[in-house]
Amino acid sequence: MNSPLDLADAHPGPAFTVTLDGRVIEALPGQTVAAVLWTAGVTSWRTTRGAGRPRGIFCGIGVCYDCLVTVNDRPNQRACLVPAHPGDAIRTQEGTGHDD
Amino acid sequence: MVGAACALYTARAGLDVVIVDRGPVSGGTTGAGEGNLLVSDKEPGPELDLALLSGRLWAQLAEELGELGEVIEYEAKGGLVVASTPDGLAALERFADEQRAAGVVAGPVQDGALYDLEPHLAPDLPGGVYYPQDCQVMPALAAAHLVRVSGARLLTGCTVTDVLLKTDGTVQGIRTDRGDILAPTVVNAAGTWGGEVAALAGVTLPVLPRRGFVLVTEPLPRLVRHKVYAADYVADVASDSAALQTSPVVEGTAAGPVLIGASRERVGFDREFSLPVVRALAAGATQLFPFLSDVHAMRSYLGFRPYMPDHLPAIGPDPRVPGLVHACGHEGAGIGLATGTGHLIAQLLGGKTPDLDPAPFRPDRFPELPEEEDA
Repeated sequence: MNSPLDLADAHPGPAFTVTLDGRVIEALPGQTVAAVLWTAGVTSWRTTRGAGRPRGIFCGIGVCYDCLVTVNDRPNQRACLVPAHPGDAIRTQEGTGHDD
Repeated sequence: MVGAACALYTARAGLDVVIVDRGPVSGGTTGAGEGNLLVSDKEPGPELDLALLSGRLWAQLAEELGELGEVIEYEAKGGLVVASTPDGLAALERFADEQRAAGVVAGPVQDGALYDLEPHLAPDLPGGVYYPQDCQVMPALAAAHLVRVSGARLLTGCTVTDVLLKTDGTVQGIRTDRGDILAPTVVNAAGTWGGEVAALAGVTLPVLPRRGFVLVTEPLPRLVRHKVYAADYVADVASDSAALQTSPVVEGTAAGPVLIGASRERVGFDREFSLPVVRALAAGATQLFPFLSDVHAMRSYLGFRPYMPDHLPAIGPDPRVPGLVHACGHEGAGIGLATGTGHLIAQLLGGKTPDLDPAPFRPDRFPELPEEEDA
């Protein structure tokens, strides 16, 4: 009885799927991309442009720009703010995400 | 930044220096700019002479500081001024001819050469002028490192509340909210707030805030190689209007984001975000660089340039209060002009002949009272 859904007494609609680098993962309506990735056990989805260090959620509220990710070919989306939609193609991002 | 440079050059001249800053280092206009070291936007005259001197000093500093040159992101990137019409190009080339006579290096750029310099510029532009002496630093880092290498004592979060005068009217020091500091010389390098510090010493200095926004994009690979701006920018810089003016100024940074300016308006110290202003900035920038229309703007920031009615800074001793020296009012060019200003201040305080005639920068060149209407 301690899953986030139970704690919040949430009753989300039916699950749908998105892909992470082509791998199909499950998502619930209303989840952000970051929540979907965390639910799938993924905590890092970007590497920094200087030293290539791993990054995922830091502030979680759209301020720090650490959780950037490529969604449907648009790089530098804040995973913590962007809602997931059925069929979204999420890709891990290297550097600026602009193929540099 | 001007204060940091004054501290560096006066300390090097052997003076004992204390820096008093109401906020943190770079908490005012220095931290709110783009870090431009420009000659391209200046017409021949005392400001251009100061810019050329400052540019040489920045290059020296970057070299002396070695790795620190990299740390402060000093980049001799060059500036490219772009005309949008053949008439505009002709005007720009006439302006460049005058600048060349004053010692500026300015190369004409026509047709394809424009796209060799900046491959992502909008198509079909008639040309521009290339200024290899235009450079850039990361201003907040530069100010912090200049303060550190100056060896001066630094008091941050310390507000000057009065300028102490002896009975004969000469400077005795300053009063702060943390006590008095006695000194025979006080340099007013308070930038946009320089008029307030002057008032504490009982003199007027007409520094006014001229607000500007900068729009910051997501980090990108090097798609904008130089500082690139439209020819209209020069006219906006020189204008006396209080109304909003925007002209596109676009540049990449060492860290990746592209900085987009430039707006100018005199609205006091209003810190309210303005959507119309940043919209105008975005529209101007995408006209120059169409690829920017697909790029995210992450944030914007704003600052207040220290505007002077004749667009020249106040540099040098104030004859009205012996011991009071001004180094403020550089409007949007304070980062670039900081080194030359600090150098001149050190020369003036050391009794040396300054490298430039300081007369055009005299702090008492303005009427003591606001000018009255003719009756």
